[in-house]
Amino acid sequence: MTDRLATHTMDRLLFGDNQFFGVNHMSEEKARAQQMRFQDLDAIMSVLDAAYDNGVRTFMCTTHDRVAQICDVVRAHPERYAEMVFYPCMPYAHKYANAVTEDGFLGAIRKFLPDGGLVDAALRGTRSLAARDVEGLATLLVDAELTMFKGLSTPVVWMQNVVVDLLLGLGFEDAFRTFDEHVRTKHGSEPAYITMNLPRLLDALDRVGIDNPIVCSNINKIGFRMSGGVQGYLETLEKRPFRAVAMSVYASGAIPPREAIEWVCGLPNIESIVFGASSAGNIVSTRRLVDEFWRRDEGTR
Amino acid sequence: MITVALVGLGKMGLSHLAMIRPHPDVEVVGVCDATGYVLDILGRTTGVPTFSDYERMLDEAKPLAVIISTPSSLHAPMVRQALERDIHVFCEKPLFLNPEDGVALTALAAERGLVTQVGYHNKFVGTFQEVKRLLDIGAIGEVATIQAEAFGPVVLKPSGASWRSKRASGGGCLYDYAAHPLDLVTWYFGKPDAVGGSRLTSIFSAEIDDAVTSTLYYPGGRTAQLTTNWSDESQRKMTTRISLWGTGGHIYADRQEVQVFLRGTSAIPAGYRQGWTVKYTTELTENPWFYLRGEEYSHQLDTFVTRVAARQLDGPNTFASASVTDEVIAMIVADAERGPRTDAEVSQAAGVSLGMGRVAGHGRVGLVPRAVGMLRSAASRVAARRARRARR
Repeated sequence: MTDRLATHTMDRLLFGDNQFFGVNHMSEEKARAQQMRFQDLDAIMSVLDAAYDNGVRTFMCTTHDRVAQICDVVRAHPERYAEMVFYPCMPYAHKYANAVTEDGFLGAIRKFLPDGGLVDAALRGTRSLAARDVEGLATLLVDAELTMFKGLSTPVVWMQNVVVDLLLGLGFEDAFRTFDEHVRTKHGSEPAYITMNLPRLLDALDRVGIDNPIVCSNINKIGFRMSGGVQGYLETLEKRPFRAVAMSVYASGAIPPREAIEWVCGLPNIESIVFGASSAGNIVSTRRLVDEFWRRDEGTR
Repeated sequence: MITVALVGLGKMGLSHLAMIRPHPDVEVVGVCDATGYVLDILGRTTGVPTFSDYERMLDEAKPLAVIISTPSSLHAPMVRQALERDIHVFCEKPLFLNPEDGVALTALAAERGLVTQVGYHNKFVGTFQEVKRLLDIGAIGEVATIQAEAFGPVVLKPSGASWRSKRASGGGCLYDYAAHPLDLVTWYFGKPDAVGGSRLTSIFSAEIDDAVTSTLYYPGGRTAQLTTNWSDESQRKMTTRISLWGTGGHIYADRQEVQVFLRGTSAIPAGYRQGWTVKYTTELTENPWFYLRGEEYSHQLDTFVTRVAARQLDGPNTFASASVTDEVIAMIVADAERGPRTDAEVSQAAGVSLGMGRVAGHGRVGLVPRAVGMLRSAASRVAARRARRARR
């Protein structure tokens, strides 16, 4: 399926958004401090600008409401952000999870769709949902989540790990193919997957005929949230054909930056690293470390 | 191979199913739900055998163990039906809305030699386990004061049509949120002697509580303050926290970190120092076979499967342990129903002197005479109210 489109080359460094929205896997206290710090859009934009000016021009972001505001700024200044690229990750799971608790599954889906007619009918019990309807609902949700990026470059679209791993665990593997086809044909983007269970996901994608997928997972020296273990991941990187993106390389701060980057850059077949930073200083130092340990022209792949 | 069936495909049920299905020692032999469309989609897309009738599933799929993740009011009959067929049970929290079911069904499971476990997943969180370990070795000496909290953004406006918005089916902040910090407190300190100052507050919900506060009284003057609120938009997702103050120091823990201050008056455990030590989930957590939404959810299911395989009746979160939390929840409901006393009630009762014994939970605390009078009068009012109820 991959040869229908020209393959997009990903930058070596992608900029993540966890730090902007109070996501910190190590400390609730730090997460809260970051939430306060990035309350104003200006604070977010100044960090994004620092990343952009240091050559980190891909923003891998959730479909959080605040991202819509970032998109507005970028759209309004096309010259300033001429090379800015977005890699949206969807769905923003907490938005749905809280809605499911309040309104039930269909109620939650209805909330996020422009036209809830089909869901209303299913809720009233006047018709059941066929497999095709489920596919239809899923693709509508993808479209709804992508609306905020209209007019911007989104060459890669990610399915968020909670959804990937839920579908993977349930064995609902056809959903990956539905997502893959829809993202390619309707949006002209490359579908990609975030997972906490890398080896197992690659098996599932193989089974539904998705070749050489872009897959992002935790890859760090201490094995934090790497289900299948460090050794299993290393073998996977060595042997399996896929385009690896490493996240959580610092294990939320548990590994000193230099040690963390040196280890990851020494691994085979990693195409990109996604990282978050709250200051220009941290962006510059990550950039320098990556340049030092991972010279593109050396062809570490 | 452990054969497992699951009933209740809500948020928790789907999440349990997604984790248990890839477990190397488990075969899922049936799933059951009352909602046709979820069952339908799941059956067609994953090939798992589906049932719309719970008892039929138990009889036909003949699982060795069942996972029950239905609304809380359905737990008791479903647990009974499983135990009577000699099926091991993992049940979501809170266990039973009526503590009497806890007594009967704990006994039934013991009689038949069946493994029971309840979904209090915090017992599998590395940081909360570390707190338990520190308390057991007396790292902060005698604990006098405890603060147990849970906050999150569940109900943020008046609406809601799911079972969680109905008290009778086990909805509300008390059952859904407060149960978690309460279970931590009972894990660390057991059942309190009494509770007081309880309030179930509706903020946006019409029929249920959105916030719960209470004080748990323990022997020796120890108290635990419970504060929970699920209408808190400042939280991105649910947070559960526990803070403890002892003669030898202080501990704060949430699911990501444990911050410990040791005065140096008790022996300092290995890996700690006098003053502050902070440990993070990254160093306290092991990788499970499958990760969905937090290691603890995977680990609790793995523990259940391992216990069933070994027919190991003891373990974390047995019915007996969860029943203690159920009882405390019932105590808080009863206390909240009694309600607070107004100034007038207090002064009116102040002169009344009844010869009653020590009020539980106030053993070593030096109460001023007026306070003793207030407590006595409160107790006498409760006694009088109970007597009136009994007469009716």
